[in-house]
Amino acid sequence: MATDNRPVSPFWIYRWQITMTMSIMHRATGVVLAVGTLALVYWLVAAGMGPGAYTDAQALFGSWLGQFLLWGWTFSLFYHLCNGIRHLAWDAGWGFEIKTLYQTGYTVWVAATLLTGIALYMAYTGGAA
Amino acid sequence: MSFRTPLGQARGLGSAKEGTAHWWAQRVSAVALIPLSLWFAVSALELTHADYVVAVNWLHTPYVAVLMSLFLATLFYHAYLGVQVVVEDYVHTEWLKIGSLLLIKFAAILLAAAGIFTALRIAFGA
Repeated sequence: MATDNRPVSPFWIYRWQITMTMSIMHRATGVVLAVGTLALVYWLVAAGMGPGAYTDAQALFGSWLGQFLLWGWTFSLFYHLCNGIRHLAWDAGWGFEIKTLYQTGYTVWVAATLLTGIALYMAYTGGAA
Repeated sequence: MSFRTPLGQARGLGSAKEGTAHWWAQRVSAVALIPLSLWFAVSALELTHADYVVAVNWLHTPYVAVLMSLFLATLFYHAYLGVQVVVEDYVHTEWLKIGSLLLIKFAAILLAAAGIFTALRIAFGA
């Protein structure tokens, strides 16, 4: 039986498109954010435990690994938020034309990157105390 | 060979009456998370350099306790619904799939309970 020329899966025959990257990124950032909830609850519980635990948590989030993770979660949050709004627009029946699809796709990338930049700027320059 | 009719075979396997329930719940929680997550992001940024007293005072504010509890509940609900679909898409071994889903569901409920309890304890505390 000749099976050599059968197409195996769309991943091997599709040309790269921004839409596919955006889709997989939406899922990936969602999973990253789900893991990030652990950090949020840790921060809250540390605040509930007292000054010692809270200072430890702040030190952990302030370490290079902690900051790296926080940047990742920040970008993931803004990406998932912006692209989530894009998804909700589709659910309402808007934005399915190829041209609009690409425009909104690039807008999500720009918006998520800008918001992450603003957040990082705020985090390193401002903040209470 | 089965002598059961197609209708008989289909009965008891669950109907399609709740077909859109999961999808809809994910959208409703998503809409709620737009303002809640923006509020959280701005608050977290303002607390970046905050010490213990500032952070606890913030959590002690009544509206913060309400929004934080709502944020945590909605967040874990939405996160579970999303991760559930990921597991269902990629894990095809039945026992592993059911086991992972149960584990993730219990973890989500545990984390949500711990977070909400802590937020309320700080809010009601001194």
